[in-house]
Amino acid sequence: MAAAQTLLSVEHISMRFGGLTAVDDLSFDARRGDITALIGPNGAGKTTVFNCITGFYKPTSGRISMAPNGVIDPTALDALTRSGARGANGLHLLERMPDHEIARDARVARTFQNIRLFSGMTALENLIVAQHRPLMRASGFSLFGLIGAPSYRAAEQAAKDKARGWLERIGLAARADDPAGALPYGDQRRLEIARAMCADPVLLCLDEPAAGLNPRESAELNALLRSIRDDGTSLLLIEHDMSVVMEISDHVVVLDYGRKIADGTPAEIRNDPSVIAAYLGVPDEEVANVEQEIGA
Amino acid sequence: MEVFLQQLINGLTLGSIYGLIAIGYTMVFGIIGMVNFAHGDVFMLSAFIALILFIALQQFLGLDALAPSFVIVLFASMALTGLWNFAIERLAYRRLRGSFRLAPLISAIGMSIFLSNFVYVAQGPRNKSAPPMLSEVIKLTSGGAYDVTLSYKQILIVVVTAVLLAAFWFVVQKTPLGRAQRACEQDAKMAALLGVDVNRTIAATFVIGAALAAVAGVLYMLYYGVVNAADGFVPGVKAFTAAVLGGIGSIPGAVLGGLLIGLIETFWSAYFSADYKDVAAFSILAVTLIFMPTGLLGRPEVEKV
Amino acid sequence: MAEASPVRAALADAARYGLIAAALAFPILALRAEPDFSNKLVLEPRWSWMLGAAVAAFLVRLAVALAPARAARKPAAAKAPSGFAKKATKAFAAFGLGLIVAWPFIVLLTLGPSGALKWIDNYGVQILIYVMLGWGLNIVVGLAGLLDLGYVAFYAVGAYAYALLATNYGVSFWICLPLAGILAAFWGILLGFPVLRLRGDYLAIVTLAFGEIIRIVLVNFSALTNGDAGIASIPRVTFFGLPFVAGPKGFAAFFDLKFSPIHRVVFLYYLILVLALITNLVTLRLRRLPIGRAWEALREDEIACRSLGLDTTKIKLTAFALGAMFGGFAGAFFAVRQGFVSPSSFNFVESATILAIVVLGGGGSQIGVAAAAIAIVGGSELLRELDFLKQVFGQGFDPTQYRMLLVGLAMVVMMNWRPRGFVASRTPTIFLGERKTIAADLVQEGRG
Repeated sequence: MAAAQTLLSVEHISMRFGGLTAVDDLSFDARRGDITALIGPNGAGKTTVFNCITGFYKPTSGRISMAPNGVIDPTALDALTRSGARGANGLHLLERMPDHEIARDARVARTFQNIRLFSGMTALENLIVAQHRPLMRASGFSLFGLIGAPSYRAAEQAAKDKARGWLERIGLAARADDPAGALPYGDQRRLEIARAMCADPVLLCLDEPAAGLNPRESAELNALLRSIRDDGTSLLLIEHDMSVVMEISDHVVVLDYGRKIADGTPAEIRNDPSVIAAYLGVPDEEVANVEQEIGA
Repeated sequence: MEVFLQQLINGLTLGSIYGLIAIGYTMVFGIIGMVNFAHGDVFMLSAFIALILFIALQQFLGLDALAPSFVIVLFASMALTGLWNFAIERLAYRRLRGSFRLAPLISAIGMSIFLSNFVYVAQGPRNKSAPPMLSEVIKLTSGGAYDVTLSYKQILIVVVTAVLLAAFWFVVQKTPLGRAQRACEQDAKMAALLGVDVNRTIAATFVIGAALAAVAGVLYMLYYGVVNAADGFVPGVKAFTAAVLGGIGSIPGAVLGGLLIGLIETFWSAYFSADYKDVAAFSILAVTLIFMPTGLLGRPEVEKV
Repeated sequence: MAEASPVRAALADAARYGLIAAALAFPILALRAEPDFSNKLVLEPRWSWMLGAAVAAFLVRLAVALAPARAARKPAAAKAPSGFAKKATKAFAAFGLGLIVAWPFIVLLTLGPSGALKWIDNYGVQILIYVMLGWGLNIVVGLAGLLDLGYVAFYAVGAYAYALLATNYGVSFWICLPLAGILAAFWGILLGFPVLRLRGDYLAIVTLAFGEIIRIVLVNFSALTNGDAGIASIPRVTFFGLPFVAGPKGFAAFFDLKFSPIHRVVFLYYLILVLALITNLVTLRLRRLPIGRAWEALREDEIACRSLGLDTTKIKLTAFALGAMFGGFAGAFFAVRQGFVSPSSFNFVESATILAIVVLGGGGSQIGVAAAAIAIVGGSELLRELDFLKQVFGQGFDPTQYRMLLVGLAMVVMMNWRPRGFVASRTPTIFLGERKTIAADLVQEGRG
């Protein structure tokens, strides 16, 4: 049952930088329609896992598979692994693909811990660039676009409407024509999420989306992320802010020193004292205080 | 075999000169992340200064003995060239530090054009031939098809290079100045907060780089006996190649890269084609950067996401 | 005496500069090594030069120190879009274009055919070639943020393509022009493919190396290129088949005009003007297409581009190839204008000049690049006109020697004066409400 819903499957991945093992034999699944949270103390290897999934790093070993439109079938997956190909029949092996193909074909979009907007381009332009693929095709690889063909103009209008929709959804419609770099921090975070969504992902990976947000912005973010999930995009997020994690996640994976120490629903994680101890690195007598703090 | 041995000697001599220039590139790149495009021309300038000082010692002071005049010229050229580079850093680069990265590069290119034309105007366009000095050679082999020779000049070049590199290594590793340099290389802002005078450290880096280039200039003038105002560009690019090959930012790398480039160039000229020796050097630059961007001794760089 | 102390401080400071200048000038400027009759170098003292350098440094420093303190720099706030400024820019652009289109006739009417030649050729055609090269390179450097120090290689490919095809196979210029562009673009892809993974200064140095390799090959591959001597008697431009010659079959006879060499120059002027405007138009159009936005996004943040599924290698290659193509067109034009090509026209200083035009232009606007081309190329042409200085410094003084010296110095001064160039702010390519200019300090310049 669980396997049938699996969208992304991370199996036994390890990542070593020289002598340092940042991720050690990690396995977990992200299910379709879920918000999966990856938590752990600083330096636990969360961002490294993200970078492996999105292709910016190649894991030293292990397998990451993704089925954007269907389910991961173990038999097909093994056949694909043996064939040496990057993907077949809607099944992709992310560790074999370059980063841009993961975004394009496996339809995994991401945001960054340190916001990476196109700061000298307007909010609108940021969202238009994210729709590069369909627009490029509509512009006939620039040829129709150069002569100003109506079909291209229609496609551009559609892209603009989609961008406008997202700007309204994140409350930035009034600032569409302002440079992204001039927006306040919280707005930039939301704009980066909207930009990733404009690339039409099946799985959206967010690297600490609530970092630096105030409580009100954080609550708005929760609503936004839930609505994205309810519209059919699955989410995988790294987060430190427990109020976000516990409130919106369907499934939590806990990392420590590059290893998985727990995997379950928020309630299960919350009630796992060893997780708390390991995660926060506190003596047992303080665990009670910590439990109280995170609302367990 | 004789040809090989002879080219090995010639290559190491040339490589010493490249290595000395390369250190200037690598240090400046390490500390302010800029390719000091004018460095090759600073080297050329120093060769001219050395030539003029040599003749001045003969003409005005009647100093004909080679040993004392060599020592005087060497140190005077190092000082004057250091002063030149100090002025260049102050006037052309300092204001642009931390600015947009193209601005210092263009400024450096402008400075390179200025320097070569300045020497051209000051000293005229023709090649200047130095009086022949120290032309004795030692025959290492004889009787074969070809006599392998080792000239006194070559010995001098390698020895002077080795001694000055040792002194320089001491400065960088053991003195407060060297420590300040390494600190600025890691993080100039933090170093400033901890009381390092960043401006002065960077100026000192330029002066030291120029002094080593001046050593190369004196030796180059001595070895080839001819200098020209246009002689800065190609050795400059090759020395930069050496710095990149060795791993930019790494001082032993610069020396190693210089020796390798010198060897490759001489062997290429001997066995293939002298016309295309620069192509060989530039191709190595391209190939190194493409397949080994951190060079031989450089630190690997992980792309931060 | 509170007033006097800043002056005294300035004097002391200027004196220090003067002393340093004297020390710098001491061997290299004060003692000139010249070979005597036996070819032995002898030093001629020229202490006055050294003194001159010291005094000049003293005076310049003093002037800088005593100049009224400039107002503190404006804080880099986002520029409010001003309707007036926009209109003024538009009016200025229209006026400039009008002036450029009318330029040959303005000159002809004021100076007559014989005097006009220089002004149309040196100050018209020559500048427009660099405007075109600047616009071509701006695609690579200004839009895509890739630093190319070997752009002149593509200029050379275009020039030699025309020179070789025309002299060996008699192919007409009008066929060679597109071929030269295509060939240059092909070379752009060929060279770009391995190097575009590199970043920043590394990319600059490798492109420089490729530029030099192409030049060295042109020098040494004599069988094809005739080496240093170059290729001469390249067929001149024709008016779509009508040669600019005296005689019954020429352009002048066909149009019932009196033959004059100025016809060809005026035709060349309009030809390069059209080529440059095409470059500009295509660039402006592409900027508003997905490919152009991808270039700019690449300049802003390459990693973010990759995370959105953009194939950055392909995007870089298109920028490189397109920039190269325009360089190739300009090269073919250069060959047909000069009638002669040799490797010395394609040295590193050319690449540096073109890059300096783009950087000084600011990369943000096409007008900035054009203005920079006029300033740099026009300025260095003006330096050829310094013959009157012979009256000041005596007949032995050759002002042309100082031309490149001043060009180099000007590059340093201009970069220190405007590190970001003339126009670095950027205009959005698409908007919902209104188009607002984006301040330069938000616009990234790329790491590639």
